[in-house]
Amino acid sequence: MIEARGLSKRFQDKKRGEIRAVDNVTFTCQPGKIYGLLGANGAGKTTTLRMLATILEPTDGTAVVCGHDVIDDPEKVRANVGFLSTATALYRRLTAQEFVEYFGRLNGLDEATLKKRIDNVFNRLDMNGFRDRRCDKLSTGMIQKTSIARTLVHDPLVMIFDEPTNGLDIMSARTITAFIRECRDQGKTVIFSTHIMSEVEKLCDTIGIIQSGKLLVEGSLAQLREKYGEQDLEEIFVKVVTPHYVAEENN
Amino acid sequence: MSMRNVGIVYRKELTEAIRDRRTVISTILVPLLLFPVLSVGFGALAFTLVGKAKEEVPKVMLRGGDDSPTVVDGLRKLDKIEIVPETPNWKDQIINKEIRAAVEIPVGFQADVAGQKSDTVKIYNYEGELKSEFATEKVEKYMKEYRDLVIKERLAARNLPETVLKPFEVKHENVAPPEKVSGAAFGGIIGYMVILLCMTGAMYPAMDLTAGEKERGTMETILSSPISRMHLVLGKFFLILTAALGTAALSVLSMGVSFSVLGHYTSQSAAGREAASGLILKLGPTTVLSVFLMALPVAVLFSATLMTIALFAKTYKEAQSYLTPMTFVVVIPAVAAMLPGVELTPKLSLIPILNVSLLCKELVAGTYHWNYISIIFASTCVYAAAALFIAIKMFQRESVLFRS
Repeated sequence: MIEARGLSKRFQDKKRGEIRAVDNVTFTCQPGKIYGLLGANGAGKTTTLRMLATILEPTDGTAVVCGHDVIDDPEKVRANVGFLSTATALYRRLTAQEFVEYFGRLNGLDEATLKKRIDNVFNRLDMNGFRDRRCDKLSTGMIQKTSIARTLVHDPLVMIFDEPTNGLDIMSARTITAFIRECRDQGKTVIFSTHIMSEVEKLCDTIGIIQSGKLLVEGSLAQLREKYGEQDLEEIFVKVVTPHYVAEENN
Repeated sequence: MSMRNVGIVYRKELTEAIRDRRTVISTILVPLLLFPVLSVGFGALAFTLVGKAKEEVPKVMLRGGDDSPTVVDGLRKLDKIEIVPETPNWKDQIINKEIRAAVEIPVGFQADVAGQKSDTVKIYNYEGELKSEFATEKVEKYMKEYRDLVIKERLAARNLPETVLKPFEVKHENVAPPEKVSGAAFGGIIGYMVILLCMTGAMYPAMDLTAGEKERGTMETILSSPISRMHLVLGKFFLILTAALGTAALSVLSMGVSFSVLGHYTSQSAAGREAASGLILKLGPTTVLSVFLMALPVAVLFSATLMTIALFAKTYKEAQSYLTPMTFVVVIPAVAAMLPGVELTPKLSLIPILNVSLLCKELVAGTYHWNYISIIFASTCVYAAAALFIAIKMFQRESVLFRS
């Protein structure tokens, strides 16, 4: 379970002064459900998810992940979170197995448990063919699988995906979306960000539309369709975002 | 639990470092090859060049002297110089190195000498040019011997003993042990080398583990793992420190071997012994160990500082452009310690890098000033601790980790 309470992040920029990357965002993600954060580039998606993963610290507000506060107990939060984004690369000079082992050890697994988990995850993701291949020699699909294996090795309760399919070809993207569904089916709490409407339509139980750091609307796809009188999510998105978008452009 | 995490990071970074060609070259190959190449290779080259310069028969132009046949004959008979006839462009010939020197015998020189009138014999040369100086030396030596001969004859003619002109002799004798003499001359360069190599050893891993991690996109991956940033930075720091110390250790080792090999070869021949008497350096295990011990806090200082600076960079290239000037910051005090006459004072012993270089000079010469050793060790430890503290603090700052 994830509860964001008035989550805010301000940056100081030399030219533009104070920037509110995330501004007083509150939402809840339930176990066994997928929460989709939908927004344009620079809307504040990545910053929000990084705060949930405790990679960044909120300037105001907080979030509670699996009962642990992101400010007071960031290490416990991370132990319960699997974080995956297109920016989370692999260590190129390690083999796929060494890479996953490293993260297993950092998650406090003892060697016996680690071995079992690795065998399990590698079998499940069909990775045994490239176990001992160095990460810089892997194909895009293999890289995706290795990244997924990393997020699974400690069997976290919460999965955070930051634009996980960004820049991937269709087959690799499908691997990821299938994996996201699998996480939900296992009862994990899943939140992911994207700007791809079709992904949201297919995957999300709850959709949050974010722009200029503010969470503008939240609800299931059906609720949003009813509220805005549109069937197409893209049309809904444009209706929600346009006034804020124009205001920002003029600024 | 906490040290376990530091250990996990350290082991992983070590695995990666060993698989990185750049790191292996800078931490293992460079120190292993530098000293043999520098000492044996460069030493041998220098000996050969000096030997060649000595072998060459320099051409010396004779100006005048037609009425002084004895002197001219003597000059012509001199071994290892060739007397060439006078030409008007003699100055240009010296400058163009066609001849090495010119000697000018004044008109009526021999007659003047016989008549006890003082004259001046002039030798023209190309100052600072090795071969010209050899030629000058030879001519000058001959002329001085001739003068001594004249003095002897004059004294004999008056029945005076030679002691009239030489009431007493003045001699100086070295009582310092030979290793201290060479230590004073070469101790500086050893400290300099160890410090510089400590730095080069730390440089590549420092960039690779910080800016390199940002550039390759693994920073976000590692920050999403439960390890605390403090443990992460310590694990990285220890790897960089290992590289710095490894480089220093290998360089001290290879330096010891090179010098003993050089010493062995030069002692084979009498000429070698003579030529290398100032060069032979006995580096005992105690010296090596003490130089290494002093390098320890310096390595900590470098590792932490380089890591902090490189952490600000977004890419490997950017890190390189930040760290390259650091080489000068290190080289300048290290070179200053090599300048003649710069010696340890209480004030200088507080200046980082310079103090250790100066101390290394003393250590290699076999002198142990315990008060300086403790001040320098302590002050360097303080600087090192401060640098490490800053590194840890910087690693907690989002503006540094996610600088855009």
